[in-house]
Amino acid sequence: MTSRKSVLVLGGSSDIGRAAARAFAKAGYDVALAGRDVAALEPDAADLRARYNVEVGLHRFDVLDTASFDGFVASLPGLPDVVISIVGLLGVQENAESDLAHASAIMRSNYEGPALILGLFAEKFLARGSGTLVGVSSVAGDRGRASNYVYGSAKAGFSAFLSGLRARASRGGVHVVTVKPGFVRTRMTEGMKLIGPLTVEAPVVGDAILAAVENKTDVVYVSGKWRLVMLIIKALPEAVFKKLKF
Amino acid sequence: MTLVSGWGRFPVVDSDVLRPRSFAAVGEAVSSGTVARGNGRAYGDAAIGAVRTVAMTGFDRVRSFDPVTGRIRLEAGVLLSDLIDTFGPRGFLPFVVPGTRFVSVGGAIAADVHGKNHHCEGGFGRYVDSLLLRTGQGEVIEASREQNADAFFATVGGMGLTGIILEATMRLRRVETGWIRERVISASDLDAAMRALAASDEATYSVAWIDCVARGRDLGRSLIYLGEHAGRDELADGADVFPVGKDPGLSVPVDLPSLALNRASIRAFNELYYRMGARRAGSSRVVSLYPYFFPLDSIGEWNRIYGKRGFLQHQCVIPEAGARAVLGEILDRVARRGDASFLAVLKKLGQGDGILSFPLPGYTLALDFPVKGDILNFLDEIDRLVVAAGGRLYLAKDARQSRATFAAGYPALQRFNAICKSLDPAGNIRSKLSQRLFDEV
Repeated sequence: MTSRKSVLVLGGSSDIGRAAARAFAKAGYDVALAGRDVAALEPDAADLRARYNVEVGLHRFDVLDTASFDGFVASLPGLPDVVISIVGLLGVQENAESDLAHASAIMRSNYEGPALILGLFAEKFLARGSGTLVGVSSVAGDRGRASNYVYGSAKAGFSAFLSGLRARASRGGVHVVTVKPGFVRTRMTEGMKLIGPLTVEAPVVGDAILAAVENKTDVVYVSGKWRLVMLIIKALPEAVFKKLKF
Repeated sequence: MTLVSGWGRFPVVDSDVLRPRSFAAVGEAVSSGTVARGNGRAYGDAAIGAVRTVAMTGFDRVRSFDPVTGRIRLEAGVLLSDLIDTFGPRGFLPFVVPGTRFVSVGGAIAADVHGKNHHCEGGFGRYVDSLLLRTGQGEVIEASREQNADAFFATVGGMGLTGIILEATMRLRRVETGWIRERVISASDLDAAMRALAASDEATYSVAWIDCVARGRDLGRSLIYLGEHAGRDELADGADVFPVGKDPGLSVPVDLPSLALNRASIRAFNELYYRMGARRAGSSRVVSLYPYFFPLDSIGEWNRIYGKRGFLQHQCVIPEAGARAVLGEILDRVARRGDASFLAVLKKLGQGDGILSFPLPGYTLALDFPVKGDILNFLDEIDRLVVAAGGRLYLAKDARQSRATFAAGYPALQRFNAICKSLDPAGNIRSKLSQRLFDEV
């Protein structure tokens, strides 16, 4: 082990996960990548080592297998300085309306799993008296919309969890960052119609997460425009909002 | 189907764009009429599949890097900008960079791109040791100068037509700093410019910017930029050993109306640019590698200044012997026309490495023209001069040359076609460019 700072990325094979891992490795952090398929993370580990000459560890992590969380945390070679949760499942709203299993998977992947694992790390961090937790939530959690409220409600729950955790943990020297990326061009959004000026590339999100950790920012809208957009959307009276189809 | 175009935004055509996430998926994506696309910086139709275009920028991983030898293995979608940002601070740069850093490694190999050092150090392909190629018939082969050499030399400069480049092993140059010691020479006419370039053979980097509005006695007046990698002892106190490459600060937000670039504005720009450069002539200064190598990268989407209809870049190379006369004739015609832009670049080239590589010993001239009026006819006439002098056009820039011009300029075409045929008997790999120029009617 080196004396360098370390970051654990949960959801390391996602586009935002890869981007965050690169941003932190570039800044000199050793990196642990966690995901369901460890073999699929190997090329990314090699990439980080070759580019930035940092240590990279790989760990199996399944966000739906909450029973494994205690064992997962215990199996890590050390307690990282930063934990970032990027896991999530967009799902298909239409299917989630009638398929309970799908709706449940969306809710658990975006709320239950990420909240529980970050909560677990929060206890360890508070015992140590330091550390930063980053939850990648979504602008979709700012208000439930007709077109994606199953996903949005789970993200809303996650955002609320992070907000409360931040208030509690800040007294114990632990910082919590909520990231709301807005539209990002990734595998998850491939094929979706994204609005150009409101859309960013994954590396922008990675850099924004690093900056938020270093500057101890509380809530990050990656593109400032989203803060304004969501402010307006949140301010619409329900009577008007319910007539909107988006 | 999606509307796709190159950097020149002409032509705009339909092609099915696929974005595979694994090499296995790349294989599945290849069917009749497919070609790979990197960062889309080829100007014309080279990186657009006849039917289907396979976008490769998702493959952006470095596989391994040896900090002792500078040897790197990487996926073909890695951009040179990424390589420079990542390995520059560690003291390594690509040996060859073109005029933009926003090109993929796969694209740089396929076009065998050249830089300001081609006259002495060769093109991009010279520093590629081997590559992993997915051929049109579905084989994945490693090709190098020793193994599958035909495939290797056909792929370097082969415009993606040998198959899909998946990975490459190449060498990086060790540098002390990210700075260039630049010297400017002013040349009052074409003769002086060519003399200055010829006399600068030993300079690592050399390029001439030509005022293509100047006529008569001033025809071909130029500023010649020479460059050497600067050592640490040449940096100003407190300067970063490796400067940070900023993202384009200023972007062209919309397509400018075609009026924005007219005779008056181009003339004014050229006059100002020449005078400002000439004032610095003879002096030497240390500049960041970014403005030295990539002056236009600082303006995002600069291709939009030519308006919605797009633009054409005409880049030819003329063998040394006949170069002076032909270049003079081309510049005279362009100056009389008056609508060439501020981007006129003259540079000496050496021998190309790939079978279809553009460079040959001589002079290359690059000119930009907005797509309008009789420009296509005008360029056809320029092509006749090029062909008569034994020259040819750069395929990475081309959107409009004729089959005859192409065939005359690339005598190794038959050998290239034969290699492609053996790698891809069914002819699955086909771009809009190869349909236009290569395929038999």
